[in-house]
Amino acid sequence: MSADAPSYLEDGYTLRSWLFTRDHKRIAVLYAVSITLFFIIGGCAAALIRLELVTPQGDLVGADTYNRLFTAHGVIMVWLFLIPSIPSVLGNFLIPMMIGARDLAFPRLNLLSWYLYVGGGALTLCALLLGGVDTGWTFYAPFSTLFSRSHVIVTLLGVFVVGFSSILTGLNFIVSVHTLRAPGMGWFRLPLFVWAHYATSIILVLATPVLAITLLLLAAERLFGVGFFDPALGGDPLLFQHLFWFYSHPAVYIMILPAMGVASEIIPCFARKRVFGYRSMAYAILAIGVISFLVWGHHMFVSGQSVYANVVFSILSFMVAVPSAIKVFNWIATLYKGSISFTAPMLYALGFVGLFMVGGLTGLFLAALAIDVHVTDTYFVVAHFHYIMVGGSVMAYLGALHFWWPKISGRLYPETLGRVAALAIFVGFNLTFFPQYLLGYEGMPRRYHAYPAEFQLLNVLSSAGAGILAVGYLLPLCYLLWSWFRGRPAGDNPWHAQGLEWHTRSPPPKDNFDAPPDGGHDPYDYRPERTT
Amino acid sequence: MNRAGYDRLAAAPGGAGYSLADIRQEHQARLGMWVFLATELMFLGPVFVGYVVLRQQFPQAMAEASHLTDVALGTINTLVLLTSSLAMALAVETARLGARTFARRALWLTAALGLVFLAIKGYEYGMDWREHLFPDARFHAKDVRDQAGARMFFFFYFFSTGLHALHLLVGMALTLAMARTLAASPAARAARRLELTGLYWHFVDIVWIFLYPMLYLLERWS
Amino acid sequence: MTDVALLPPAASSIAARTDALFYTLVGVSAAVALLLATLAVVFCVRYRRGSRADRSRPPTDARGLEWTWTIVPMLAFVGLFAWAARDYARLTRPPADALPVYVVAKQWVWTLQHADGRREIDQLHVPLGKPVRLLMTSQDVIHSFYVPAFRIKQDVLPGRYTAIWFRPTKAGTYHLLCAEYCGTDHASMAGGVVVMPPERYSRWLAEGDRSVGMARQGQALFRERGCVGCHDARATVHAPDLRNIFGRRVFTQDGRSVVADETYLRDSILEPAKDVVAGYEPVMPSFAGQLSEQDLMALIQYLRSDLNDGGRQAPAARTPEPGTP
Repeated sequence: MSADAPSYLEDGYTLRSWLFTRDHKRIAVLYAVSITLFFIIGGCAAALIRLELVTPQGDLVGADTYNRLFTAHGVIMVWLFLIPSIPSVLGNFLIPMMIGARDLAFPRLNLLSWYLYVGGGALTLCALLLGGVDTGWTFYAPFSTLFSRSHVIVTLLGVFVVGFSSILTGLNFIVSVHTLRAPGMGWFRLPLFVWAHYATSIILVLATPVLAITLLLLAAERLFGVGFFDPALGGDPLLFQHLFWFYSHPAVYIMILPAMGVASEIIPCFARKRVFGYRSMAYAILAIGVISFLVWGHHMFVSGQSVYANVVFSILSFMVAVPSAIKVFNWIATLYKGSISFTAPMLYALGFVGLFMVGGLTGLFLAALAIDVHVTDTYFVVAHFHYIMVGGSVMAYLGALHFWWPKISGRLYPETLGRVAALAIFVGFNLTFFPQYLLGYEGMPRRYHAYPAEFQLLNVLSSAGAGILAVGYLLPLCYLLWSWFRGRPAGDNPWHAQGLEWHTRSPPPKDNFDAPPDGGHDPYDYRPERTT
Repeated sequence: MNRAGYDRLAAAPGGAGYSLADIRQEHQARLGMWVFLATELMFLGPVFVGYVVLRQQFPQAMAEASHLTDVALGTINTLVLLTSSLAMALAVETARLGARTFARRALWLTAALGLVFLAIKGYEYGMDWREHLFPDARFHAKDVRDQAGARMFFFFYFFSTGLHALHLLVGMALTLAMARTLAASPAARAARRLELTGLYWHFVDIVWIFLYPMLYLLERWS
Repeated sequence: MTDVALLPPAASSIAARTDALFYTLVGVSAAVALLLATLAVVFCVRYRRGSRADRSRPPTDARGLEWTWTIVPMLAFVGLFAWAARDYARLTRPPADALPVYVVAKQWVWTLQHADGRREIDQLHVPLGKPVRLLMTSQDVIHSFYVPAFRIKQDVLPGRYTAIWFRPTKAGTYHLLCAEYCGTDHASMAGGVVVMPPERYSRWLAEGDRSVGMARQGQALFRERGCVGCHDARATVHAPDLRNIFGRRVFTQDGRSVVADETYLRDSILEPAKDVVAGYEPVMPSFAGQLSEQDLMALIQYLRSDLNDGGRQAPAARTPEPGTP
């Protein structure tokens, strides 16, 4: 294959060539565009929520509208943004290249995944435009089955369809990693990004079907009044919670594991040092994946679950923190005796480690039974999961976008603006969500559009932070878009990174490599003195 | 397996005639089908968990309600499905050995038996509907004390057999498509694809083998 | 913005313990976070590109250190778990002399009834220093009874009972909030727990509307609804004797034994076929749909009270006077 082969971006300029592509890189770009659209919509809902919460009275929007807003925010951000974000954009783009393959195992299935995602997302959006849903993203019965007068079933259907998108992506990744690694690339030569996505894919294929069936049961209950979850007919609302959280807890690890994979690629590159404890990191990823299936009951400590179950889930939830802690230690240890530069991706990655650490520590509070009784269903939990999902996953997503932007687009984004945005996001994020820990311990429950007056100061701080955060998010949206068309050409490897994906052109040719890649390649062969 | 593995396979005796791409594709397709079956298992798992929970909550109602199913038709259906799996297994094996015509006929038989299953199921559904066993507002289970429990049983019955029937329909479509592929494509490749369809068909059959006693045989002769 | 809350009041016997655990965790987490952050910052500064720090022989793993930072956190977590679990266990074991209060939650209001019959809406008056046990159910969706000042929370479910107890240690009025999203006015489903010193509490009790005690209400129901028709020892139908039923161990037909607690009594009334007592025919009719949640609670209070004589007393000539305990 000659070096004159067109890059994947040049290989066809028609709409058809994009909408019917089988190229994993183009599909990744398609995902990036759709995910960003949903993020903006979900973000607008958040903006309205934070605006309402500036005053203790419910004066901006009515109670009912507020309930629909936080439901929309949750549904969109969880299923239409966070779960697909890193896997479907960066995973799709990079995994074939990182293993030295031309594409994923099932390219057409990959395109189908995207269409299912867009279709399901459109359905969900329909529900919102038709007036929204007011059940919360958790759809607890019997409110969602018997009492909610909103477009529950359309939303359930939308999420159901998006779920299959996830399942197919996970299936594709698993088969690809098993069967398409370049000759000589053993499992322990794989970048941790691939390990992270492999574990994520296992969770995707095993947990998402449980969600699918749960949503079906919910829809059946709502349509036919069966009574599965209705105590008046002999059913059990707690059964719904068990089924729902059996998926939704592993789901949060679907959201964080890929972010951890990203951090493990960025930090070694900009510390010019091999990642510390590669094997431990890989085992920790697998341990997190396995234990994640065993802790779902910690969402139900005050739900009426038995004391015995509570105790078991509590100790297991403490245990799942151990591999996560190990990863944090290893990332910091990677910095030791490195040669560190503070590019935008590195700022995002370091921010990720710090914010994930805080979020993870507060997870310990929630795992502790006596404390959870007080803080569950309050803003403490809201702060905890936003630290992990926004401070963790979104920071990592942005860091990944910046890190691999030269590879994906062939252009450089403006570095100074990148750093400013990263810092703005870090500051805005902390101002938004740290006060919420205090609010939670003081007793402000979740999903309240109006609250006791003494909580106002912290709410105002939080909303101010949200304003800064919004600006922080707008910046990359603008300059990344700008740089796609007007940025300086990046060259093949502007970061002098070691991953296999960096040993090909930017943007890559359609078949990823001009010459067969070397499976014995060491993706972490960084040395402090080697800055070229 | 990575490419080095495929190289070794292609070089091995008996591997001649199979291109590297073929072998890899077959391996990928098989792995993909097994992963897909794992997702199907996780899809059905909660349904079976729900059944266990129901059986614990309403042991008597579940048993009494299950007596209202037609065990004769259920048993016939089980035999039909088992025979269809036999036909499918024969099809896969004879296709592998090159007997394409026989294999295609076996596939027609498989699909036909699937159709018989669905017809009998449809007839059962009709009877259930007339007897007011569909769990809507007009539900009434004859001679069952605990109507709530019976209603749950029949919800589970319609839900699980409905999902099963849907999967069977998909299986039949795949079977018929495979019958055409066997006629059209090179024998070896088609045979390998057929093996995956067989996997799917057998999975659907196994699910029924669990559903049959859960739905029809609860305390029937005790 | 005149009231700013930064530390929640601690007004129950367990609040102090929860706070102790919480602040310990805060201290430990802050220390760990500070340590790690400092390390990270020090490394970033010391080993920034172009600095002249010693970078010889950078480690890529260190087995001893890695095992240490695996085992030590694990042990710390086990310790934290045990401490929290012990405190939690306290929450699940109410003292035997706890004052019963019956709560029925519904969209979007808390209705409470004291044993002496006094009803309250969105407010709960309790005496300082005495343990109170709430028996709760919902009439519609899942709610959650949350008093931040007491550090207690318990979901309230339809179709079953959940319970929580507390012993207030400081007089005052504290927020009562619904903590499980329950629909449109979830945020308004709030009220207050009013903790009163004993003299004020007895005055409050005396001042209120004279109401029929719950046990008496239950006794009246026991007769009016025909329970006494079968459960009386003189009845022709063979039905279990309900004297001293509450808390007794009962043996069911399928060989199990259950404790006759509130849940058992409620289930027996609504789903009598569920746990039929050994030696009896399953002929009791279900009262589902005929009794409100408040009625059920009154019956339960009757069955656990001294008034419960198994229905032996002759039926009252008229309904009891208000004000009789």
